[in-house]
Amino acid sequence: MERVLILLHGDADGRLGAPAFEALSAGLRTAGELGGAAVSVGIVGHAASEAVGQLAGCGAAAVFTAEHPDLAVARYATDAAAALAVATAAGATVIVAPMTSRWARALPGVAWRLGGRVDTHVTGLTGSRSGVSATRWFYRQRMEGTLQRVDRPWVLLIDPGAFPAWTGSGAPVSATPVALDLPVSRTTVAGVEAPPAEQQTIRPDADLLFVAGAGWTKKQADGQTHTGDAESLIVAFLQKSRASLGSSKSLVDLSGEGHAVLPFMTHMNQIGQTGATPRHPKGLATCCHGEEPHVVGWRFITERRAVNLDPNCGWARGKADVLYVADAFAVMRALNELM
Amino acid sequence: MSSFHIVVCGSVAPDPLQTLEPQMGPQGPALKNEMLLPNVLDPWASHALYEAAHLAKQAAGSKVWLVSLGPKAKLQQVMMTMAQKVPFEFVALDGPASGFADSFETAAALAAAIEGIPGLDRSRLLVFGGWESATRCAGTTLQMVGERLGVTEQFQGVDRLSIEPDGGLRLIERVEGGQHQVSVLSGPPALVGWATGYLREPPNNPQVGMANMRAIMPALQKARPVPTASTGLTYSRVDQPKQVRETVVVKEMAPDDVARDIVAWLRGA
Repeated sequence: MERVLILLHGDADGRLGAPAFEALSAGLRTAGELGGAAVSVGIVGHAASEAVGQLAGCGAAAVFTAEHPDLAVARYATDAAAALAVATAAGATVIVAPMTSRWARALPGVAWRLGGRVDTHVTGLTGSRSGVSATRWFYRQRMEGTLQRVDRPWVLLIDPGAFPAWTGSGAPVSATPVALDLPVSRTTVAGVEAPPAEQQTIRPDADLLFVAGAGWTKKQADGQTHTGDAESLIVAFLQKSRASLGSSKSLVDLSGEGHAVLPFMTHMNQIGQTGATPRHPKGLATCCHGEEPHVVGWRFITERRAVNLDPNCGWARGKADVLYVADAFAVMRALNELM
Repeated sequence: MSSFHIVVCGSVAPDPLQTLEPQMGPQGPALKNEMLLPNVLDPWASHALYEAAHLAKQAAGSKVWLVSLGPKAKLQQVMMTMAQKVPFEFVALDGPASGFADSFETAAALAAAIEGIPGLDRSRLLVFGGWESATRCAGTTLQMVGERLGVTEQFQGVDRLSIEPDGGLRLIERVEGGQHQVSVLSGPPALVGWATGYLREPPNNPQVGMANMRAIMPALQKARPVPTASTGLTYSRVDQPKQVRETVVVKEMAPDDVARDIVAWLRGA
């Protein structure tokens, strides 16, 4: 019989975030499908005992906490040691965790220490009499596979947005603190670098992904480039729509090469083969050709529209629902007036 | 300033412009016509290699190795290009570079190869690689390589590494919401999984290429076969999702009308 551990961590404020509840939902459901596998929950963080209150009514047989001031920040050495302590205390054979940057960094190493195996970016997880099956993507979202493993423990990191978040209420749960022997790390976390809130263009929770391609920086019908106009149009649209900004590799590469292009565009905005694969209900691409290396990053964008002057661009070949063959400058100007 | 021994782990991946199709075989899933597909050095591993060369240039006395596990013929093809980019010493392992191989076995093979590098100073060691690959896309191999080597100062999704005046290393890692976490490390050994960073791809340099190739060809000839089949991993299915949409191509619509149509769509009409 499998023993399922749902391994979570507190955020900077000590509380469990949305990805934690999605992993909780995935783990609880899978344990139920396995015929009532024993389920425990582990929480790692500087205020883990307080975060336990968010689990009231979840039905876990046991809750373990790994609490220490050093766990206030995400750092491989300390996170791996804490996660290992919880996994060992739980005696888990299957460990379900959210695919956050913190766990993505630390848990593969924990799997190694446990002599287990690990799979990340899990988008589907099921249990049955024959065992646990996980679904994930390969070759940058080009193909999807379902796999099973014999080796245990099996660590599974659940992609954000792949499962509904657990909600519930009920009797408070009691937690068992695990003994921690955290290593002395040579790494000091100095903080977070982030653009000012009004300049932050990456918004994972936005309803719309707005992609600007390299066409914004090319010569227009008058034979001139209009990057200044492009910048003001895009910024205005982002402010009005609260969309998340994405880009193709060609445009962010231009930015990195010191060309006078869109100053707010960095590799962090890049979507596709070597960029992000965000989840948004809708996506609008402008001045972007829709080449395959970029479009693989649109795998989880449900509704897609594009504006491009080329009626034969990649978007026209089954990659968008609607392609408007139009001048993006004119369309965006009109769009900003309507928004 | 102290010098570094930088070992970059990176393998080959199909050229991103290629159409990929899976097929099931007796050994599990693979790509159709896999050996015929043109390959590149994995894009994130390439960034790691460029960053390694950049760092080595700043710290005199540093040295860069590239450790690659892949089919020998593919490694040779890719090295014809990569050798011209930056100076490095090549360590080749002959085995699968498939996205369906398991990171546990891959990590064990890579770590063993690193342990076998003659003259490697582990106190100055920086293990570099891509934070994910374009094949398995898991982001799990490097951490296991680090564990096997006893390197527990690890960073993933790194976009910049700079040397502090006191010899420490300052790193920024991608975290959620378009932010970077900033960390300061007292010094090597450490492991760094690179995101894209900020460096441009170096131009081809024939002189560097000639110098590299003198050592690359013998390294390829010496490439040790590495079986990395995982007996405990099975795939019940691998397929391509139905992704072709019935695209409506709207031509000759005035920009104002296009904008109105988009607004209606955004508002759910």
